[in-house]
Amino acid sequence: MKYMLMMKYYVEGVPPIDTWEPEDLRRHIQFQHDLDAELVASGELVGAGGLAWPDQAKLVRSDGVLPPVITDGPFAESKEFLAGFWTVDVESEARAVEIAAKASAAPGPAGVPIQQVIEVRALMEAPDVTE
Amino acid sequence: MLVRRSGDLADAQDALQEALLAAATQWPVDGVPDNPHGWLVVVGQRRLVDAWRSQESRRRREALVASPEAVVDPPDGDDSLLLLFGCCHPALSPASAVALTLRSVGGLSTAEIARAFLVPEATMAQRLSRSRRILRELEEPFLMPSATEYPERLRAVLRVLYLMFNEGYASTSGPAVTRADLAVEAQRLSRALRTSLPDDPEVTGLLALILLTDARRPSRTGPEGQLVPLAEQDRSAWDAEMVAEGVRLVEEALSTEAVGEYQLQAAIAAVHDEASTADDTDWPQVLALYGLLERMTGNPMVTLNRAVALAMVRGPSEGLALLGTLDPVLGTHHRFLAVRGHLRERAGDPVGAADDLLAASRRTTSTAERDYLLLQVSRLRHPSR
Repeated sequence: MKYMLMMKYYVEGVPPIDTWEPEDLRRHIQFQHDLDAELVASGELVGAGGLAWPDQAKLVRSDGVLPPVITDGPFAESKEFLAGFWTVDVESEARAVEIAAKASAAPGPAGVPIQQVIEVRALMEAPDVTE
Repeated sequence: MLVRRSGDLADAQDALQEALLAAATQWPVDGVPDNPHGWLVVVGQRRLVDAWRSQESRRRREALVASPEAVVDPPDGDDSLLLLFGCCHPALSPASAVALTLRSVGGLSTAEIARAFLVPEATMAQRLSRSRRILRELEEPFLMPSATEYPERLRAVLRVLYLMFNEGYASTSGPAVTRADLAVEAQRLSRALRTSLPDDPEVTGLLALILLTDARRPSRTGPEGQLVPLAEQDRSAWDAEMVAEGVRLVEEALSTEAVGEYQLQAAIAAVHDEASTADDTDWPQVLALYGLLERMTGNPMVTLNRAVALAMVRGPSEGLALLGTLDPVLGTHHRFLAVRGHLRERAGDPVGAADDLLAASRRTTSTAERDYLLLQVSRLRHPSR
């Protein structure tokens, strides 16, 4: 079963990452690398990605006829933008939740878990494509 | 039929595509054979054998690359050169040309290329067959280009090999091991190209550039996968044999009349590689070489690098003044912002430096680079640590 684990930029009660002490930042980066490595080693990682900063986002809307309407940032609601995701292929939803819990407890300032909310969504499965 | 013989559908399909590619290569020369279907099957079989051989030789190569006495397979002769020119045809986008070259000239399987580009295998298979289709529609993509076309076609080949190398060397998204394969393959193909075209100084320059850059790979990333800038790298971990060969090649290339951009880039890499510490770097030499390269290419990214060298030779304020002229062109580019941040720090402006580096961290699309830049911001904003 495939799940997408999504995290947003803004975490309530945690100062923005560019204000963190070097030591805290290093610990956080190390944690993310270790988590990725663990999911690769367990054979569960399908893909993962960090997204570029939302001020470079474009919002595109089209009726399929007229030229599309393209809105450039910055956006007032950019805190709500997706910051990154993992796609995992796991045995059960419980395992996906377990991974999300681990990701949520990433260390922040002074090593305190930031308790970021991770959204866990099942991926709709497409029928197998055979050639 | 091919499936039965190989027992592997994917391999067989790849072999058939290779046969079609070979058909596109040879029919314009030899005329259409009497029995095209039979011809395709025969060639397909041959390609399968070749594929097995090349998979085996790739394993051997990998073992050799890991050993100090690395040697490289001799090239297969001019056929592989023509194939390379075809796969790097300017009608293909550079990214497609890189993938097709890896598949058809290098020994990588579709699955391996897909992994390297972080796309599903079916997607990569489609991308490859679309590229083959584009080539089939061209007139004689696999013939040696005419004398008038040749310089542009060779440039395209060199660019594809350089991109392939960069993709493997510079990009740290994705599992490091599979990405590194691309750098190894680019090096091998450049070496084979040089064996075919030993007298072309740009071909030699490209191989030299690849060797001189790849030599630093062991110390380019830290334990957390983050970038380690040149000045902070552990130079004792650099591959001394690769440096020595690269230096010898760049000297050979530069002794000819025709100086080109790969030779100049290789010469700059050689200056860095030959400095035993960052402080020993011959910056006036680097500055002069970037000046030549700038005149030759007119590329603002080269000017950006020249600003760094200028700051090293004549101080950060001169570097910053040169950057000022680039602001309208590159002002929002992450590399511009990162360079300006570093120069501002050296000029005694940690606040402006941190702002630039933070802006750069938000614009880069490389995770390793972002992490590195954020750490610099943090260091600047917490000077006691």
